[in-house]
Amino acid sequence: MTNFLSDGVSAGDIVLAGIKAVIAFVICLVATMLMVWFERKVVSRLQNRIGPNVTGPFGLLQTLADGIKLFFKEDIIPSRSDRFVFQLAPYLSLVPAFLTFAIIPIAGDFSPGNDGTVTLPGGQVTGFQVADVPAGILFFLAMSSLGIYGIMLAGWSSGSKYPLLGSVRATAQAISYEAALGLSLASVILVSGTLSTSGIVQAQAEGGFFGMNMIVTGFVPFFVFIVAGTAELNRPPFDLVEAEQELVGGFHTEYSSIRFAMFFLAEFMNTVTMGAIIVTLFMGGPSAWFGLYFLGWFGGFVWFFAKLLLFLFMFVWFRATLPRLRYDQLMDLGWKLLIPISLGWLLVLGGIRVAQNGDIGLFESNTADVIFVLAVSLAIMAIGATLLQKAITNSAQERLASRGLRSVPTQQDLAASTTEQDGGH
Amino acid sequence: MGNVAEVIVFLISGAIVLGGGLGVILNRNPVHAALSLIASFFGVAVLFISQEAHFLAFVQVVVYGGAIVVLFLFVIMLLGVDRAEQVRVEQLSMQRPLAIVTGVMLFGLAMGGLFLSGPGGEEGAVAATGQQSAMVPIDETEPNVRQLGLDLFTRNVLAFEATAILLTIATVGAVVLVRNEGAEDLVVDEPGTSIG
Repeated sequence: MTNFLSDGVSAGDIVLAGIKAVIAFVICLVATMLMVWFERKVVSRLQNRIGPNVTGPFGLLQTLADGIKLFFKEDIIPSRSDRFVFQLAPYLSLVPAFLTFAIIPIAGDFSPGNDGTVTLPGGQVTGFQVADVPAGILFFLAMSSLGIYGIMLAGWSSGSKYPLLGSVRATAQAISYEAALGLSLASVILVSGTLSTSGIVQAQAEGGFFGMNMIVTGFVPFFVFIVAGTAELNRPPFDLVEAEQELVGGFHTEYSSIRFAMFFLAEFMNTVTMGAIIVTLFMGGPSAWFGLYFLGWFGGFVWFFAKLLLFLFMFVWFRATLPRLRYDQLMDLGWKLLIPISLGWLLVLGGIRVAQNGDIGLFESNTADVIFVLAVSLAIMAIGATLLQKAITNSAQERLASRGLRSVPTQQDLAASTTEQDGGH
Repeated sequence: MGNVAEVIVFLISGAIVLGGGLGVILNRNPVHAALSLIASFFGVAVLFISQEAHFLAFVQVVVYGGAIVVLFLFVIMLLGVDRAEQVRVEQLSMQRPLAIVTGVMLFGLAMGGLFLSGPGGEEGAVAATGQQSAMVPIDETEPNVRQLGLDLFTRNVLAFEATAILLTIATVGAVVLVRNEGAEDLVVDEPGTSIG
């Protein structure tokens, strides 16, 4: 990899970077367009409807038609809004959604002996991603935390009650679930030993099907990541941000025309990107399963999109089947379940890794050390869960007592109250 | 060519950093000031990247841009102070002269720390504190995340642990402070309603 800024930047590098950026942009746009169609179509089938089928073959051009329609609608800016922020917010939502795609390796030959790069005719070696940054996966976290601003400022700047409530919900939700997202990501970084996305894919490619991080990290971070990722996307069942029954349209109630289209685009683009991130982190990205490599880098492209489709279908399936969570359930799930589980799992993984390296040395074999680590972890977990349960029960009882309430009146209480009444007569 | 690219990046991001900084202190509207602060943090992150400190750049965006300013905005929005502030009146007497003196002193301290930190550019140069100079180039053979991690968890592990304890105390303190014993009716997490 060439260092862009310090030395040896040729005109070719700049041209290459530009071409890659344009290709990624186009892929991202087309994928988003198809994703909107795919979601409508699949949800329709799941609800026993047909879905868009008139515009173009299989209704494929429906999204385009809707986009053009939105483009030509009147752009309304509420008089009580903060004009500048109101106009800025859609861009703050859309740009991070695009940028995240830059770090995802979408193709490449990761068969044994290859690292997913190709040598171009000009002699440049490049991977199939816009930027292979050394701390690449942190870029995803940075962009997802910036994406919050779009929603937050949209709700605030509308100068209206429902959007503000929606955006406050969105921000609280995103902050809560970002912790779980980051902690399950840390498990992946721990087992892969690198922060770069291409490095993570390569580490998984070496192990074949069973080298996938989903299996290597023991499934728990994978499931936590999916749940936290869905919440981060504000998709059903975590779409409290735009709960129609409660908040009209949520943060984008006051938006119309092209600005609304931008929020819509950003939402679906984030869905595609989140699917791609899950594929990269847990499913081995463009590397093939069972050694089924074919056609060089193009085979990697096919594998990547096949895996991506799996997750996109899953997101749509969630939407069609799961009812929305209540707000306190959402917060409980994030703070009391996902964060403790992913943090504990990260510690256990770290312990297992130290044991595998033979750094504990309590027993003759490293396997015995691993079992020892697991046993200690389980014991600690059992004790911790018991203590937590006890603390919750105790505090609930104290709270009831301090309010002067008892859950069930005892026989003595009843007897006392009857004698009092009798004495009064 | 490489130097030209670096100068261009420096000029653009430097302008963003300074513009954002000025925006923070000159904007009357707190929300606009917070937005300028994000722009400023973002410019600093780009400057970090141009110095090849990728990890620091992303952490800058995640922690400062993503978490801290979000909290600022949250407080501004929820407390309803999101309107233009009257700044002509001095809230505390002597506040402005004192602020200027403190600002000049802090600036002098930062500059002094930078220029007294050894001759700069040489291997093994030490600062006035006896630590490695900030101007010494880092070892380029290893990724800087690894160097940072090794330094943090071996040489500076005590300071790291102390910071962790400090943050835990702050969190516990915040929880204790917001637990208002009088307002029991607001508590909603009764057993049975949680799904955890």
